Order: sequence, then structure tokens, then C-alpha cells
Amino acid sequence: MKVEQISIFIENKSGRLAEITRILGENGINIRALSLADTSDFGILRLIVNDVERANHVLKGKGFTVNKTEVVAVEVPDRPGGLGAILQTLDTESINVEYMYAFVEHCGGNAVIIFRFDETDKAINVLKANNFSVLAGERLYSM
Amino acid sequence: MYFNEEFETLPRPALEALQLKRLQVVVERVYANVPFYKDSFDRAGLKPADVRSLDDLQRFPFTTKQNMRDSYPYGLFAAPLEEVVRIHASSGTTGKPTVVGYTQKDIETWSELMARSFMAAGAHRGDIIHNAYGYGLFTGGLGAHYGAERLGASVIPISGGNTKRQIMIMQDFGSTVLTCTPSYSLFMAEEASAAGIDFKKLKLRIGIFGAEPWSEAMRGEIEAKLNLSAIDIYGLSEIMGPGVAIECIEAKKGLHIWEDHFIPEIIDPATGLRLPDGELGELVITTITKQGIPLIRYRTRDITSITYEPCVCGRTHARINRMCGRSDDMLIIRGVNVFPSQIESILVGIEGVEPHYLLIVDRKDNLDTLEVHVEVDEGIFSDEIKILQLLSKRIEKEIKDVLGITCTAKLVEPKTLQRSEGKATRVIDKRKF
Repeated sequence: MKVEQISIFIENKSGRLAEITRILGENGINIRALSLADTSDFGILRLIVNDVERANHVLKGKGFTVNKTEVVAVEVPDRPGGLGAILQTLDTESINVEYMYAFVEHCGGNAVIIFRFDETDKAINVLKANNFSVLAGERLYSM
Repeated sequence: MYFNEEFETLPRPALEALQLKRLQVVVERVYANVPFYKDSFDRAGLKPADVRSLDDLQRFPFTTKQNMRDSYPYGLFAAPLEEVVRIHASSGTTGKPTVVGYTQKDIETWSELMARSFMAAGAHRGDIIHNAYGYGLFTGGLGAHYGAERLGASVIPISGGNTKRQIMIMQDFGSTVLTCTPSYSLFMAEEASAAGIDFKKLKLRIGIFGAEPWSEAMRGEIEAKLNLSAIDIYGLSEIMGPGVAIECIEAKKGLHIWEDHFIPEIIDPATGLRLPDGELGELVITTITKQGIPLIRYRTRDITSITYEPCVCGRTHARINRMCGRSDDMLIIRGVNVFPSQIESILVGIEGVEPHYLLIVDRKDNLDTLEVHVEVDEGIFSDEIKILQLLSKRIEKEIKDVLGITCTAKLVEPKTLQRSEGKATRVIDKRKF
């Protein structure tokens, strides 16, 4: 029930993001979701892609620092209060969110939220026990 | 104006005769009292009696900073600790500092040479000397302090830091002579100007600046902004501290090295052979009057040249030129000696950090800045910002704790730092000296 995300370290200088997307594009890798966290000196690009291994391989080959982390994808109804209900549940169960980002499915009426937790397994159990729809990686990669 | 006219203007033949006599005594003394020197002279097949002329000094082995470190803390002392009245240590700390001890006589010599230096710079009895060199293990503060007292001037032992207060004291106390690093003087000038204080209204007449390299252009800037005559002073703790050599205010062209106490040589750092006068090379100094820790042919690593041409001021002592570099990779950042290898060993000590780094030294607002670039590889990379930020902070803190200098750690992508076949470029020094 976990989703593999790749994260890439990028210095804050022009053209780095374009470089990464170009490499991925040339290798036929499709980005499903992304988030860019930035500081004044560097950024971390987090990606969900359709082919994690290949993306990891080609980016490393180009000298980028890449790591893989397990995140959790949760489907929420795309309506007011949808995200709030999940966060409330996590808070009640004392599960800390390291970071999160969202994307809206382009078909169907749901949004997908990507969460990074400290305790991934515990979080998945809690979410499932509360009837939230946790998406499998395969489903996400092929969306 | 001389502090000790007889010795400062001693005709060269008499000066050289005095040097030889003192050299013979010191060589005898270290051979008898310091096992390191006995070994090193024995290995070179030399006895103290082999010093028959000043030229014979060239046959003797060098003493290096490493020799001093290996002898930490008291191994090179030639006087028993009961006779040592003061201990200083250099800031260069690859693990251990270099420790120097002074007997009462050494303190008196140092005070006199500092007093001579003040006088050569144009200071005299009645001056109010604002001493903003740091007091402590660093020799700058106390060296200048004792010299100022010996001169008979009034010394304000303010030490470094707290710039606003420094400026207030200079205004209120009527300081006439300022001693500090050249970069700090410019920093003060800017702080003062920001506070609406005009340095031209202060009573400062002379600035005696040392402990870091500076340029003729910087002298111009300091003189214009602080409205004083800026004098370059040279010293190093291993040899004595400040006051080994100083420019005279009459010529401001080369620093007179007090030859009745030190024998200077300029060598080719690669071959160790002596170079002709005027050629650039490494300054080597033999102390000929020190009691606590006399050093024979100490390699200072400072690059300069020497001239024995007479000076308009009448002093007969040779002049060394403004230091124009180092024969090793030591950096002087805000007056602190830093070797890239020290930073490397700190980085390697931090788990996961690869020793691929680049030091960028610059000068902003007249203060030295240090940026430490560290490559982020998979070992330290995290998808969480806070973990990387903690890493930067940790690098900054450890460098501050060990070396005492503030730096900015910057995480960079791998392979962005130059890899070369031979020696990697570890330092980019953007400062202009």
C-alpha cells in the first residue's frame, strides 16, 4: 500500500528543473505528481513517476543525488472538508505528517493526497481502519 | 625618533658581529637543553662550535610548525617551567595548538621590541593607545599592551569586539593610536559612519595594523576613512608575537625586522636554499635572544622578499616586504589561521559527509567571509528539508567550535566541485590583498 517517491537534490540555480524534466521526458518517463520544496540555497524535487526504477537510474546517471522514499497516497473526495477529515483522524491518532502535497485526478471526482509520515505502516493502518482509500503504487503510477 | 637608538641604528658590521655572538650562544643553548635540537643537529652532523660565521647558519636544519606540534606542549622549551612566566598559543589548530613560553627576560625583550615598533610607527609617550587586538592566548593583545606600557603611553586594553563601545571610547577617551586588524579598522569606520560619527573628528593619528595580509589599496582606503596614518606590523607567536617587524612612518616601505634579536633569511620553499636579496621566497627566522623557546631557522611559510638597503629613517635593520602569500595552504580568516585540512577533518567527522568540499573566502563589508560548500550525495541526502538544514547548521557549529570562525555551510549538487587529477582546488580566495 505504499507508494515509491523519488526525491532529487537541486541547487537553486537556473535551469536545473528544466534539465531534470528534459532527462525524464527523453527517457519516456511520465510524471504523475510532483512537489518542490525550496530554501534559499537548495531545493528538493519530489516526484511520483510511472517508472520509478528507470527514473532513478537515468537521473543518477546524470550525476543527480536521488533517493527513494515510501509515501502514502490517499484518495479523498474532491469537495470541501475532504482533506480536513483525514488530517483530523491523523491528529487524533498522533501521527505526524512530515510533508504532503496534493493532485486532482483528471478523471473521476477524487483528489489524491501524497503524505510522508515518520511511521508509514502505522499511518496506513490508521487510515484504512478509518475507511480512507489508500491507493496502491501501481494504481498511481498508471493513472 | 628611536626607542633604542644605539641598537636600532647599529652600523651593519657591529650588528652582524652581535648577531654572530648571539647565534653562537643560542645554538649552544638549544643543543644543551632541547633534545629535539640535539637530535636534529647530530643528524646533520653539526656541533654548536660549527657556527663560525653567520653564513654557517645555512647548514643548520629548519624548524617547522609540525616540529612544534610534535613537541606539544613544552617539548621545545629551552628554559625550565619555573622560569616561564607566560604561555601563549597560536590559533592554528590542526588538533593541537603550538605553544610558546616566555621567561621574564623574553617578556622584557618583547615589550622593548613592541615599544620600538610603536615608536617607529610614530607613536610616543603621551599617546593614548586603543588596543583592539584580542587579549588571551593570542599574542596580539598582550604583546601590544606591554609594548605600549614600555613606551610610556597610556594603553586602553579594550580587546576586540563590541564595536559601538569601541567607537564611544575612542571618542570620549581621545584615543590617538589604534591597534587592530586592518579589516576590523574598516569595519569600525563603517559602523561609525552608520551611527553618524565622523572619524575625522576623532583624535586618531596612527593605526598599527597586522595579523592578516592587506594591500596598499586597503591602506589607502583605511587612511581615507579613518583619517590616520596606517602602518603595517608583522609578527607570529612562534617567533614572539607582534613586533617582529614594522614599517617606519618615515618610509612606509618595507618592515624593519629587529635584527639584533632575529636573523631573517629568504629561502626557496621548494629547495630550502637561500635566495638573493630582493627575490620572493619564504621567510625563515632564527631567534637569537629568546630564552623560553628559541627557534633555529623557523619556517614561517610567509612569502616575502628582503632588502638591506639603507632606509631614510636611519634604522640599519633589514626590511621585509609586505607579505604576499603563503608557501602552504594556510588561510588567514579574520586573523585566525585556518588550514583547509582542518575543515576537511571536521567534515569527515560528520557522519555521511564526503570530503568533497570547497572553501570560498571573500571579504564583504571589509570583513572576511567563509562559505563551505559541501556536496550532497546519497549518504546525506534526505527528502526532508529540515534534515538538510540541520546538517548545514551542524557543519557551521562544528567549524565554529573547533576553529572559532563563523562560516556559512552551503549544500551543493555532487560533482559540481572540481575534481582534478592532481591536487583538487579546495579554496577560492576572492579577497584582494
